[in-house]
Amino acid sequence: MSKIEFMQGNTACAEGALAAGCRFFGGYPITPSTEIAEHMARRLPKTDGVFVQMEDEIASIAAVIGASWTGARAMTATSGPGFSLMMENIGYAVITETPCVIVNIQRGGPSTGQPTMGAQGDMLQCRFGSHGDYSTIALSPSSVQEMYDLTAKAFNLADRFRVPVFVMSDEVTGHMRERITIPDRVEIVSRRPLEKGTLPFRGGDDGVPGFPEFGMGYGVHVTGLTHDERGYPEATDPHIHAALVQRLVSKVESARHDIADYEMVNPDAETVFVTYGPPTRTVKQVMHDHPGEGVGHLHLRIVWPFPERLLRLFTNAKTFIVPEMNMGQIAREVERHTDLPVISVPKLGGELHTPGELQKLLEARP
Amino acid sequence: MRHEIRFSGFGGQGIILSAVILGRAAALYDRNYAVQTQVYGPEARGGASMSAVIISDEPILYPEVTDPGIYVIMSQQGFEKYGTRPAPAAVMLIDADLVHSRPSCTFHEIRSTTEAKTALGRVIVANIVMLGALVAVTGVVSTTAIEKAVLDSVPKGTEELNMKALRRGFELGDKEVDTR
Repeated sequence: MSKIEFMQGNTACAEGALAAGCRFFGGYPITPSTEIAEHMARRLPKTDGVFVQMEDEIASIAAVIGASWTGARAMTATSGPGFSLMMENIGYAVITETPCVIVNIQRGGPSTGQPTMGAQGDMLQCRFGSHGDYSTIALSPSSVQEMYDLTAKAFNLADRFRVPVFVMSDEVTGHMRERITIPDRVEIVSRRPLEKGTLPFRGGDDGVPGFPEFGMGYGVHVTGLTHDERGYPEATDPHIHAALVQRLVSKVESARHDIADYEMVNPDAETVFVTYGPPTRTVKQVMHDHPGEGVGHLHLRIVWPFPERLLRLFTNAKTFIVPEMNMGQIAREVERHTDLPVISVPKLGGELHTPGELQKLLEARP
Repeated sequence: MRHEIRFSGFGGQGIILSAVILGRAAALYDRNYAVQTQVYGPEARGGASMSAVIISDEPILYPEVTDPGIYVIMSQQGFEKYGTRPAPAAVMLIDADLVHSRPSCTFHEIRSTTEAKTALGRVIVANIVMLGALVAVTGVVSTTAIEKAVLDSVPKGTEELNMKALRRGFELGDKEVDTR
């Protein structure tokens, strides 16, 4: 039987992770993500799980990577400065193809910034923050229900593609309490084990190698250096490096339309809002209060890899409007994929766009 | 049906807990939709704290309170920061011993802190007295729902005290409605 609860977003995130089989949390508390660590610290020891408070965020993500190699579904949760500290080891998770989930309850930056206020300022950092070329997956919840559902989903995507997956939430959604439905069970799609006799870093048909879990009889070398398909360092051969990085990128990018998770409303509209996270709620309110004004909405639950094909499904579109709690990070991505005018609606300071602000924009239409 | 309720007071009075309990009563026991939000800054620790609840029979889209129809104000600073511009049709419950100002809208003086101290012997349940009065005056949730939500939310061993506080709040609220 599913269950109705009145729950905080951060708690729902932790509960979604537990339902998905997360059994390791390594983290360092930071506002406004702390409730996730607190909840995991209470809950994990009562399952067969492990909670470790590490000395900082660099160690936290390192512990998560180690736990994942033992086969555990592993996560951490952080915000702003902690997320910045994790960047190098996120690259290590990318090149070693380590499935893991990193929750970022975004707050205002740069630096210490606004610890207690919401933002969406790390949307490019989660895509490009570690050095070198790579691709990962980023989900963006806009409600307490989506905190639960998308965190659970993040573990499946991490295992399927063997990448770090980001749950890019924010203070607004993390601290809000709402009614949610906890399902009986969530879908779990585990990582594919490495077939014996197969090279550990040779991509399968989908570009993703099977996983040689520690302790299961594999002899495998895991390194942050460029490596060949055996996993041995081969850091000077241009062809091996190019092939490895191209595979790391294409295993995610080639599946982007399959990965896409979205809601599309009024595909015939001429003015189309594109949102992810909290501004989604404002757009839904505007469309509810002013129906029949020829306004469409593309709500992305997964922002990276960016599903650019969806923009073209709005066949009558004349303008895209992108409200974000940053200075236009995803508006740039929308611009890159369309010749139509893109109106960025940035908002800084920690407050969500009000329905009135977006309604004014619509009234200003020619 | 959509109600927007704003609570304000000083850090430590249980302003946020009051809002959580109200949201819980609406969402779990009256089977409505509810969203609870709060100001989360350092000023909430001892300064003016604020929390808000939206209750609706439809899914709640925009989650922030913009135009509260109901205010619960438990400190002068809370009044000054969050209570000075109520809509003319709004209703305000104020802790009359802690708030000196009076609003331009309809208001009810509830001496929740004094009641908690003198009649119940524990000032800590002032917020629960106020919650009882709020429900009696406005009916935003049912009395059964708020009773269940209070019992869910308070520490073990304090159930009886909190139920007494809630019922005292019902009485104070009923009196306000009767004498209006």
